[in-house]
Amino acid sequence: MSEAIQIQVNGQPRGCRTGATVSDLLDELAITTDRVAVELNLEILDKQEFARRCLQEGDRVEILSFIGGGSSNARGKEGAIHA
Amino acid sequence: MHEDRLIIAGREFKSRLWVGTGKYKDFAQTKHAIEVSGADVVTVAVRRVNITDRSKENLLDYIDPKHYTILPNTAGCYTAEEAVRYARLARAAGVSDLVKLEVIGDEKTLFPDTNGLIEAAKILVKEGFIVLPYTNDDPIVAKKLVDIGCPAVMPLAAPIGSGLGIRNPYNLKIIMETVKVPIVVDAGVGTASDAALAMEYGADAVLMNTAIAGAQDPIAMAEAMKYAVHAGRLAYKAGRIPRKLYATASSPIEGML
Repeated sequence: MSEAIQIQVNGQPRGCRTGATVSDLLDELAITTDRVAVELNLEILDKQEFARRCLQEGDRVEILSFIGGGSSNARGKEGAIHA
Repeated sequence: MHEDRLIIAGREFKSRLWVGTGKYKDFAQTKHAIEVSGADVVTVAVRRVNITDRSKENLLDYIDPKHYTILPNTAGCYTAEEAVRYARLARAAGVSDLVKLEVIGDEKTLFPDTNGLIEAAKILVKEGFIVLPYTNDDPIVAKKLVDIGCPAVMPLAAPIGSGLGIRNPYNLKIIMETVKVPIVVDAGVGTASDAALAMEYGADAVLMNTAIAGAQDPIAMAEAMKYAVHAGRLAYKAGRIPRKLYATASSPIEGML
């Protein structure tokens, strides 16, 4: 697999094949699409979009899911996203 | 006896005890405590998926969304904008339209920023969310939230995780009399009697996390809370006797020698 572009996934740099879709990325990371939300450059994607949206050089992808929580954690705790 | 069910935005809930899923030792304990508590609404937070260690288990493998109402929160959000973003992400993840809206004003007290809360609630209600706002024990703010379209309000008993119990019962009473939607007392409960009191005052439900998860025996405390909420509700509906300064004999004088 040629890793022709660089993207950022959950704040970490990552190589990615040209033409790969969001679905391809999720597959590669072994993440099932139910119960996850994906934000591409701050745009929240519908799940139907995952297979259609191709990743571009410099894209910022956020993949989120549910974790245990009651009420507020202090700012900057693990897993929080910052625009 | 007819079923005493809680209805919010047309959804019916069996349990008046709602619980959070944070701070437990592991998912097995989380699951066990929730089962014992009898709660059918559980709160969860939205966070980045761990992409470096995919072996980590997922909470929702333990808490089946088919059996529980999953209530995503916007915990950790300090601005309306941030809270709206997390609420939208929670909905996009495809579990529900419900959101426990939190906009926090300060790290030390974790008290709500009620301006930010109202601003975020307006946006989310317009977008069709069922917004359950975590708010201060302020009747005016509660009324504003209801006017915006929140189908319930969740005033705090005391700061999150403080275990101080109900610090301002009179304000909670005023909120209950001011707004015509269900009141869920959220945060600050320390032990069973706090939960019972909230219900005796007329709360429609109580939401807690630390009081159970942080107890020395979370499973036993989950059970205690279940009974406390139930007893408090029954007592509220039964109608307590008025407080009087002097005694009133409960045995008759008639027939005495």
